[in-house]
Amino acid sequence: MSTFLLWLSTLPALAQVPIIIAAFVALVGVLIFFIEIAPRRGRVYTILRLAACVLIPLLILAALESYTIAIIAAGVLGVLFFWLDYRSSEGAGYLFQLVGFLAPAIVLLIIGLVVPTIQTTIQAFLNARGDTFVGLDNFVWIFTQPQAVRTVLNTIVWVLIAPVVSTIAGLAYAVFIDKSRGEKYFKILVFMPMAISFVGASIIWRFVYTARPAGEQQIGLLNQIIVLFGGQPVTFLAVDPWNTIALIVVLIWVQTGFAMVVLSAAIKGVPAEQMEAAELDGTNAWQRFINVTVPGIRSSLVVVLTTISIASLKVFDIVRTMTAGANNTSVIANEMYTQFKNFEQGRSAAFAVVLFLLVLPIVVYNARQIKKQREIR
Amino acid sequence: MRITSRGRVLAPIAAIGVMGLALTACSGGPGGGPGSGGGAGEADGKVTVYGTIADTEAELLEESWKTWEEENDIDIVYESSKEFETQISVRAQGGNAPDIAIFPQPGLMGDLATRGYLKEAPESVVSNIDEYWSTDWKAYGTVDDVVYGAPLMASVKGFVWYSPSQFEENGWEVPTTYQELLDLTATIQQSTGEAPWCAGFGSDAATGWPGTDWVEDLVLRQAGADVYDQWVANEIPFTDPQIKEAFEAVGEILKNPDYVNAGFGDVASINTTPFGDPAGALADGTCALHHQASFFDGFITDAGATVAEDGDIWAFVTPSIDGSGNAVTGGGEIVGAFSDDEETVKVQEYLSSPEWANSRVKLGGVISANTGLDPANASSGILTQAIEILQDPETTFRFDASDLMPSAVGAGTFWKGMIDWINGTDTDTVLEQIEAGWPSDG
Amino acid sequence: MSAVTPIDLPVDAEQKKVLARGERRAETGFAKGAKRRLTSRGATIAALVIAILWTIPTFGLFVSSFRPANEVRTTGWWTIFSNFGLTIDNYVTVLGSGNSQLTLADAFINSIAITLPATAIPLVIASLAAYAFAWMNFRGKNVLFIGVFALQIVPIQMALVPLLQLFSRGEIFGFPVIAALGQSGYAQVWIAHSIFALPLAIFLLHNFIAEIPGEVIEAARVDGAGHGQIFFRIVLPLTMPAIASFAIFQFLWVWNDLLVALIFADGAVAPMTKLLAEITGSRGQDWHLLTAGAFISILVPLIVFFSLQRYFVRGLLAGSTKG
Repeated sequence: MSTFLLWLSTLPALAQVPIIIAAFVALVGVLIFFIEIAPRRGRVYTILRLAACVLIPLLILAALESYTIAIIAAGVLGVLFFWLDYRSSEGAGYLFQLVGFLAPAIVLLIIGLVVPTIQTTIQAFLNARGDTFVGLDNFVWIFTQPQAVRTVLNTIVWVLIAPVVSTIAGLAYAVFIDKSRGEKYFKILVFMPMAISFVGASIIWRFVYTARPAGEQQIGLLNQIIVLFGGQPVTFLAVDPWNTIALIVVLIWVQTGFAMVVLSAAIKGVPAEQMEAAELDGTNAWQRFINVTVPGIRSSLVVVLTTISIASLKVFDIVRTMTAGANNTSVIANEMYTQFKNFEQGRSAAFAVVLFLLVLPIVVYNARQIKKQREIR
Repeated sequence: MRITSRGRVLAPIAAIGVMGLALTACSGGPGGGPGSGGGAGEADGKVTVYGTIADTEAELLEESWKTWEEENDIDIVYESSKEFETQISVRAQGGNAPDIAIFPQPGLMGDLATRGYLKEAPESVVSNIDEYWSTDWKAYGTVDDVVYGAPLMASVKGFVWYSPSQFEENGWEVPTTYQELLDLTATIQQSTGEAPWCAGFGSDAATGWPGTDWVEDLVLRQAGADVYDQWVANEIPFTDPQIKEAFEAVGEILKNPDYVNAGFGDVASINTTPFGDPAGALADGTCALHHQASFFDGFITDAGATVAEDGDIWAFVTPSIDGSGNAVTGGGEIVGAFSDDEETVKVQEYLSSPEWANSRVKLGGVISANTGLDPANASSGILTQAIEILQDPETTFRFDASDLMPSAVGAGTFWKGMIDWINGTDTDTVLEQIEAGWPSDG
Repeated sequence: MSAVTPIDLPVDAEQKKVLARGERRAETGFAKGAKRRLTSRGATIAALVIAILWTIPTFGLFVSSFRPANEVRTTGWWTIFSNFGLTIDNYVTVLGSGNSQLTLADAFINSIAITLPATAIPLVIASLAAYAFAWMNFRGKNVLFIGVFALQIVPIQMALVPLLQLFSRGEIFGFPVIAALGQSGYAQVWIAHSIFALPLAIFLLHNFIAEIPGEVIEAARVDGAGHGQIFFRIVLPLTMPAIASFAIFQFLWVWNDLLVALIFADGAVAPMTKLLAEITGSRGQDWHLLTAGAFISILVPLIVFFSLQRYFVRGLLAGSTKG
């Protein structure tokens, strides 16, 4: 594996792309082939299954050049797994197929996200050097420091405002341009902010928010407008609490495009018959929208709100590049980064745990949705 | 019509187990060896150097060791990042550290050294330090009596930039005591009716740092070097009356709406003015006085003014309280190493030598505190003056306090505190907030 | 469009109609019911206002990128006519920028080499997993799925150090488990991006795959197709729009990412974002260059967006077509 990757890295950059993708697709192809033949009856297939159960983990670990113990463990597990699969109530091969579909994703998630999450959670109860157990000290620190409390509150403000506004704006826009002339171009205009990196976005908004002293030429668009109407220039990113709102506007600007694209697709899926029937009942456009369109795209609305809520909870780049958390604009993700930078791993991890707790309601709500969906089917 | 599931509990566990357990259940086996991602710890003819120095300065840095690379057949691969402070700790913890890091803050180097990531400085480097650097400078690369690195470049802070011709026209004198500086400020204000000082604290994520330089200058001049050292070590907290005194002395100028912010607006505009912008205000004469380190001559030159004693703009060192002695604050870089192979040691040795210092200073724009450096090599009058200050045995030199403090304070609450303070938060509250940022286990 | 004509799909005509309905309506700008549509003059005006509001900031940047540095700093971009001065200096400077290890052109190639595999790999893996969650039964399925969904919240910053330990030392929790990847070019970045994309990709694709009418799957099963065939010949073609649109989102995210690149793309494999973050000078004095830099880096995403835009119309219909 690492030999292959080393060889790969000696090639020209663009030659690496097709090779790695081809290698990957070939692997997946083999996997799907095995999945397909897994449940077939007959001794040949049973032996094939046994071979695959034992050989695949061995090959993977050998490719990773892992340790002897690990390889032996994998072999033992493979045999155990084969036996379980053979005895499975769903019929032989079912479990094998399931693992074939899920294992790549689950393994990657475990090494890349689950392990760090566990590590972080443990760290949240240790001191900065991670060698002494300090109980809830880090959390006490967060909730007794006015600045830290403010950080948590700001994050809550973000998650209350940004998802709702961008979803409403995206939905309204999607409805307004639906089936209009030039829909494609309308969409591109609002979607464009998604294609801009945050470094670009922070510069873009500098030209909107920057304030120059009264009597001088303004280079920030908003202040130019204010001055035109005879007002005094406002330093948007310095005046608490409006600066947080100013930053939230940037996220809304970016996420509305996402909401609009998804919801527009959803609106088009609402059966025309329902709309026509409602029309025959003599309802007006607003009633049709509330009684037909919204219920029709309900699950899409949930997906969009969820995705943007999580994006708002994790918001980092915008705050980092525009204010770095100065003037009470900090949010949890930014503070985590700052504390990490200051070698305060314990506090940084405690912030992360607070973030997990904040997202719980969203997870619980979605879990219920998923359960409901299952019951419908 | 879908098949109802009665799968065993073991199924998902087994699913994950096949590979997951195999990956995690083992410890031992052959040692993995040190990470090779950054090339730390192997002799391969390459030495990776990582730092904050970017852009033009980075090109000059690479030029400064070019000849040496060819002579010694070692390839120095330099990489810079604006996010260096965070990246270096991530990479050190992740086992992907560079061979050598150029730390702009001794405090950050100390953080990594006390956590056991840095290698002790080799003997040849230590002997270079003893020979060419003052004990003050040696101390900045030393943590718990172990030397980890040698200084690289330096800058002298606390210059006050002004226009000699403007002073001459109005009959203003360069002040020699701090009180005279305050009197001069009042005089300029009365005769012009405009604010004499301009200031800019804006620096993206580092907004606020120019303010810390002001405070440090005043602590060093009012309370003295001993108090300064105790303050850096947090033996004297920010909430101490002596530190508060320094803040209030700075406030006499920076928080007085009659004295700032020339060409930019009110007091609060200091925070939103990028720290490079006052160069323009100095050049076009809207601002009479500006407090900033020696590097500012480059900014003024960019703004189209000449920096010379008889030119458009020149500078004097912020005067001491009674006009005697020369106490200056300054900054610089410390070179630390994460590996100790032969090539890395050779590079470290070269970077701590006067040969390198002269080679780099000749290229212009920077100075070094290396005593083997010839002041004549400096590229501008102000830099020559700065080198002389650094090499003068009478000078009491103190490293920028915010760079020495742990980064939680020095690059964290101290910066933020300056912003709040300029925005009008009262001094006591700000001092408490800054002090609260001190790490839980220093 | 034939992206949605499944091969040998054993479905009756009725089903096909249902499947094609949303698609058809999406593609015809003027459906038969055009005169009965919700939009009116007022709505069009409202849409115009939103469009203008959303475009002005970007337009301002676009104008600024063609102005001399000093003008950018001192005057508003809307004064372009009174302070007339157009220049391509910013672009020239940015294109000529770089460091000792790579030029902007190299970084551009790096960006492409990082983005394409980092888009393809997680999508395939996520589709496999999403299929299992939607159409296979096992105990603890819901819990596991919710767990995967909840992983979306893990901030990337938290996962950086553990992943770096795994790549550079082959360690998890400090135990050595695999041989270190070492200096293998882009591999670290690909793997890191793939991992971070999975939770959201699985969540969105699952919603879509679960919407495929059960009768279609059932019919294929009766014909003797196993899960492998069903996935490959029915699910993939039917969810192509969703996969394509998520691919575009993922492409944008990876292309614009800086955080992952900072950690995993050292030196010679650095993408454009990393280089652009460094061009503003050692003290941020050259930030006007970013105006041009932002537009150079936006080019590819925009081309991708324009050329694949029709997929957006039909993509990500998660949970909206009750078949």
